[in-house]
Amino acid sequence: MEKAFGLIYTGESNNQLRDITYSRSIAAVPFGGRYRCIDFILSNLVNTGVTNVGVIAQRNYHSLMDHLGSGKEWDLHRKRDGLFILPPFLTRDNTGIYRGTVDAIRSVMGYVRRSSQRYVILTGSHTIYNSTYDGMIASHIQSGADITIMYSEEKEFDPNGRYDDLRLTIGAGGRITDMQIDPYIPQSNLRSCDAFVMEKSMLEYLIEEAASHAYTDFVRDVLVRNVGRLNINGWRYEGYVARMDSLSSYFKHNMALFNEAVRADLFNAQHPIYTKVKDEAPARYGADAKVKSSLVADGCIIEGSIENCILFRGVQVGKGSQLKNCIVMQASEIRENCALDYAILDKGVQVRPGRRLAGYETFPVTIRKGGIV
Amino acid sequence: MVTKRMVAMLLAGGQGTRLGVLTNRTAKPAVPFGGKYRIIDFPLSNCVNSDIDTVGVLTQYSPLELNAYLGNGSAWDLDRNSGGVYVLPPYVSGSRGEWYSGTANAIYQNLAFLRQYSPKYVLILSGDHIYKMNYAAMLRCHMEKQADATIAVLRVPIEEAHRFGIMKTNEEGLITDFWEKPKQPQSDKASMGIYIFSYDILEKYLTEDEHNETSSHDFGKDIIPKLLKDGKRVAAYGFNGYWKDVGTVKSLWEANMDLIDEPAALDLNDSQWRIYSRSPIMPAHYIGADGQVESSIVSEGCDINGSVSRSVLFTGVKVGRGAVIENSVVMPGAKIADGAVIKKAILGENAYVGKHARIGESPSESISYDTSLTGDITLIAGGARIKDASIIPAGMIVSDASAKKEGN
Repeated sequence: MEKAFGLIYTGESNNQLRDITYSRSIAAVPFGGRYRCIDFILSNLVNTGVTNVGVIAQRNYHSLMDHLGSGKEWDLHRKRDGLFILPPFLTRDNTGIYRGTVDAIRSVMGYVRRSSQRYVILTGSHTIYNSTYDGMIASHIQSGADITIMYSEEKEFDPNGRYDDLRLTIGAGGRITDMQIDPYIPQSNLRSCDAFVMEKSMLEYLIEEAASHAYTDFVRDVLVRNVGRLNINGWRYEGYVARMDSLSSYFKHNMALFNEAVRADLFNAQHPIYTKVKDEAPARYGADAKVKSSLVADGCIIEGSIENCILFRGVQVGKGSQLKNCIVMQASEIRENCALDYAILDKGVQVRPGRRLAGYETFPVTIRKGGIV
Repeated sequence: MVTKRMVAMLLAGGQGTRLGVLTNRTAKPAVPFGGKYRIIDFPLSNCVNSDIDTVGVLTQYSPLELNAYLGNGSAWDLDRNSGGVYVLPPYVSGSRGEWYSGTANAIYQNLAFLRQYSPKYVLILSGDHIYKMNYAAMLRCHMEKQADATIAVLRVPIEEAHRFGIMKTNEEGLITDFWEKPKQPQSDKASMGIYIFSYDILEKYLTEDEHNETSSHDFGKDIIPKLLKDGKRVAAYGFNGYWKDVGTVKSLWEANMDLIDEPAALDLNDSQWRIYSRSPIMPAHYIGADGQVESSIVSEGCDINGSVSRSVLFTGVKVGRGAVIENSVVMPGAKIADGAVIKKAILGENAYVGKHARIGESPSESISYDTSLTGDITLIAGGARIKDASIIPAGMIVSDASAKKEGN
């Protein structure tokens, strides 16, 4: 593999994820029983052989920093390179509040310049997939493109759920001929996976150039405006892609893990997804436990019945309680004789005995972190 | 070198012959236990939770897996600048080199390791017990009683006392008499094989013992009796929590089953006293639409499509459709194909059970085999492959090689 470093932007803001991003960035949103969204991108980079990763933090990054720590779990605590968390800071020409990705990347130019690798893999943190970037980098080098964008085919389109929805029209030889951002009527069902490869010098040039025009957003102002001038190529990804656009897509992609093919793709043992280790005991099932189609993490104690549920680490389900179609995050506790259907319980939620909660597939009930029902 | 108040020495050289094929390639302390742990995780986690950050692990039998498992100790927070975990195999120095001839000799050969830290106290542990214990509290007892040595003591049923070192204590809590594995036990106070020594005493007695040619160089048989004979202050530290020797197939199976009881005899979910282990990188476990699990312990990476009851499933175990697992211990990576039935068995790491195979059936009288190690527990070695539709009667041991040879 040609040498590349990773740059992950975690400043995305999306009100459509509602309560689950109330106290954290999207990157730190729990997914799939024991992961955070950023685990997938970080692991993809590490599984590609990348040893230098910068994480641009902006909003509510406390939870993110707590999760990443020294980068040890991703083998990124190193003497040479490693994990760099890049929080905002105040200087004469930096207010500490980024108006967009151009601003954010410009403020971490020191880190970019110091990185010795020739290529940069620039990603967001709200798109989840399990892949290496080897094929994309090889294709980038071979095509001689200025920028290569990873994309996948997305058949579904929800005009209300639009969020960073970059649609690509691809011409001969993989060249991108047109782009639309958050279109009302998409011209193409090929959608960016929010991962870009280019030479580091190209990124430096584009960012400085955009900043000098007072542009703020890398996708809107650099890519979309320059689609004719820059040679931008697409690289098609065929695997499963989970985009955290809205609460209902968050819910949908979690529930998709009950499908064996999706699990095999996202949890591909050849490319393990690394995450923070918690040293919880294995899950315990009581004598009256009933379980069907569920994903259960270590530390859970299950005495009731669960169906189509994702239980994160350390969740307790009391006797006589019935959970269906629920996502229950770390250390939440559901006491005895409760009935929950289509609910998302954030971390550390307590549901007192006998409570009932019911949402709907497209509108699951969410209980904020630490809530008591 | 930074001085350490107390350094722990963990005797992990046990061959574990009574665990049969489970220890063919593995030292006993590296045998999997409790869904995601190995036996050695318990004494190591106890050390860390008791603020002991320097641990020597004495190995000599099949140490490869144990060495790889310990790594740099980061799983137990023992990757330290000063201290940490050290694997101490026997070594040759000058013209002399020898295996560890006994527990006392093993420590004697590593006095140079201890001297580096100038410890005031040395904690001696063994790597074959499952328990949670605060060694800091034991050290307080040692200091309060101004003892030269302190032994952790547990009351055992009198009919089992002959298997242990048994002692009598006076009203001060000091040991007056000590018998190693007595035929006629005169007390139910048993040694747990956990000792704290004041360093000077330890060095003196180990050196003397080393030059005594009639000695078997064993703490229980030689060192402790000698201390008592010389009138040294040997204190007893009473312990009344869960403690289980997992040195036999039956006790290993029982100790795993103890975790399933409600409430569990040993609480692994105690956030104040976590048991740390090297974590495999695996997703949360999945129970399929046709799966059912009750009264069981299930670890990450499992994929369960059959029915599991009163069993302990380690990481990455796959259970096929229609398979039934009861009263069993299934170690990491084992795969059970569709329709297989497993009753009261221990399956080693990465064992494979073919479709509709039946393990733990009532023994037929036509074939005879040795069940002295297993009783009625069927034991399948790590890596063994059980062919489709085979029938393995209760108490049989299937080793890796014999599975290939039999070809049934």
